[in-house]
Amino acid sequence: MSPSHASDVPVYNPRNYLNSPATGLKSWLLTQDHKRIGVMFLVAASVFFAVGGLFAMLIRIELLTPGPTIMDAMTYNRLFTLHGVVMIFLFMIPAIPSGFGNFLVPLMLGAKDVAFPKLNLLSFYLYMLGAVVALYGMVHGGADTGWTFYTPYSTTTVTKVVPILLGAFILGFSSILTGLNFIVTTHTMRAPGIGWNRVPLFVWSIYATSIIQILATPVLGMTLLLVAVENAFGWGIFDPARGGDPVLFQHFFWFYSHPAVYIMVLPAMAVISEVVCAFSRKNIFGYKAVAYSSLGIAFVGFFTWGHHLFVSGQSAFDAGVFGILSMFVGIFTAIKVFNWTATLYQGSIAFKTPFAYFVGFLFFLVFGGMTGVAVATVSLDVHWHDTYFVVAHFHFIMVGATVMAFLAALHYWFPKITGRMYPEGWGLVGAVMVILGFNFTFIPQFLLGNEGMPRRYFSYPERFWALNVASTAGASVLAMGLVIVLVYLLVALKWGPIAGPNPWHSRGYEWDTASPPLPENFEETPVYTRGPHEYDEESYANPPPVAPEPKHAS
Amino acid sequence: MQASPLAHHFENIEKQSHAERLGMWLFLASEVLLFTALFAAYAVYRYLYSDAFAEASRAIETWFGLVNTVILVTSSFTVALGLNEAVKGNGRKTGLWFAVSVAFALAFLALKAVEYSHHFQEGQLPGRYYSFHELQAPGASLFFSLYFLITGLHGVHVIVGMTILAVVGVKAARGKYTATYHTPVELAGLYWHLVDLIWIFVFPLIYLV
Repeated sequence: MSPSHASDVPVYNPRNYLNSPATGLKSWLLTQDHKRIGVMFLVAASVFFAVGGLFAMLIRIELLTPGPTIMDAMTYNRLFTLHGVVMIFLFMIPAIPSGFGNFLVPLMLGAKDVAFPKLNLLSFYLYMLGAVVALYGMVHGGADTGWTFYTPYSTTTVTKVVPILLGAFILGFSSILTGLNFIVTTHTMRAPGIGWNRVPLFVWSIYATSIIQILATPVLGMTLLLVAVENAFGWGIFDPARGGDPVLFQHFFWFYSHPAVYIMVLPAMAVISEVVCAFSRKNIFGYKAVAYSSLGIAFVGFFTWGHHLFVSGQSAFDAGVFGILSMFVGIFTAIKVFNWTATLYQGSIAFKTPFAYFVGFLFFLVFGGMTGVAVATVSLDVHWHDTYFVVAHFHFIMVGATVMAFLAALHYWFPKITGRMYPEGWGLVGAVMVILGFNFTFIPQFLLGNEGMPRRYFSYPERFWALNVASTAGASVLAMGLVIVLVYLLVALKWGPIAGPNPWHSRGYEWDTASPPLPENFEETPVYTRGPHEYDEESYANPPPVAPEPKHAS
Repeated sequence: MQASPLAHHFENIEKQSHAERLGMWLFLASEVLLFTALFAAYAVYRYLYSDAFAEASRAIETWFGLVNTVILVTSSFTVALGLNEAVKGNGRKTGLWFAVSVAFALAFLALKAVEYSHHFQEGQLPGRYYSFHELQAPGASLFFSLYFLITGLHGVHVIVGMTILAVVGVKAARGKYTATYHTPVELAGLYWHLVDLIWIFVFPLIYLV
């Protein structure tokens, strides 16, 4: 494993997964190459991110004035439901694990592929099928239940909730298969020299995510199926008129959907653990603490669902227990945050775009996490429940953290995936706009929620006007930033300077192969004699300038 | 000359078998959680309507469940015999034992179908379709909702498991597997045992309340 920063002129790997064995559409649609499947997931998830973002902008435009602005109440109800469903089930859950995870996990383990490549392709097609079924429901009537599908409303609504539920059910199987593949891959496909203490932190966190995907998703699948059956045939499981208990739905739903938050956030932490090492040029402070706290979050995440039911008639004792258990998540998260910041200490920091997103991530995670501990406190939650405070909280912790990590990953691994560099200057401009825009969107919503503005209404009293305008303005900046990112990345795909195998001089195993990687990942099975985050040698701690200057080497 | 069962991305057949076994066990864990949601719903409603559940359970005929339990347990035994032959490399005998198991599975489904038709005649149906006049206690229709959900989902698993047994059995009979590599036979057996095991829980919960 020769360090690659010796090469002066970066080269584009001529025989790579993008052009061999074939380039036709069929070779992509029937591929079993984890890299191609990962790229297809990334493209699809990004498209859905744009769709969900469009819904979000429409919501913000509607909320620009206190009364009706551009739509009626029913349209608004459909929009926020679709925004939630698209963003959660089609973007945030698959984006990092199925997209970057597929691309990176085998590369990071020195493997040729995931353990079950056919299952992997099946997972992609289940994802597309679920998306098509759900989109069919959205186009033909939509749903107005919110993405949480609470009974009894979801079982009686006349909107097309059944196809959307079935779509989410199918998407669940995609998620299960991907998780299963990653766990088996991590156990059985590690190259010689990668003991458990040398597994990259990205893989550790994806591993923890996969456990949740396997164990929690089937419960959601069953629950959504029960709601669909109830809505279509009236079997009475959640219908009080037939003896059913609607609150049971909330228990079932959050048994999955709270851990699902960690399906979204743990992969974000996975990305961040890699980025923080690569851009501070230091080994992670507390490898085991960071690795095991992922498992800790995955474990505790299964016992926190009750904090969504503080005002649903749960006993005070249960509420207290769930509140305390929820705070354990804060402890594990804090362990990670302290280890990341300790890693920065005396590091040689390169303030590149991925690092900028890391800074944004840290802010959203800490601020969102602390408001999370606050809403886990029963007495405070009763005040904030179903207000914009909660909306802002979960957008900070779940969306903010995940989107920051997604963008960090997109920039950090862009040279590995495409073989080319993005423009660093534009990257920083985009990062600043996205981070500031995100803050200006949701900080006003924290304030609105605290003043009592409830979520999910298309109109509001005039005293909330100013802050809503501020929020919409922030959302516009955020959207502009994302459009800039999209444009320069698309330009860089074709015209970006050649990156070479390891433009960041990262020690991560995935950088040991060419960019873009060979179809079989490595020329021969690599043997590792070092950990994935070791920058102790002088040449790694203080390498030559990080990114290649924009000289067009091709 | 047959194609080697070793996929290109594995170093050797042991690693591949290990991966396949681990994958199957994880999948089974996922399956268990799928049923757990229904069992949890059952537990909640049985707690809320314990009398109605007991009476509803008495209203269905226990012998159907009992015979089906015997059938499924026997089929698990024949699957195990089939695996035993596969270990020795006797693909044809594996195929035969799996064929016997599929026959048992069909018998199970046939009996289940007869049982379902009884429920339809009696009006022992879920939710708003419930019209069983002898039992009108609140919660009785919920018992039948859960009854159809649990046995229906289990029935789907029987059909899937039976199909897997048939496919793997035919392949075994054609000599696709050897004494050194017969992991698919093992995995098909594992899946079938899970289908059996779930029924072992379903039977007392539904029939013996």
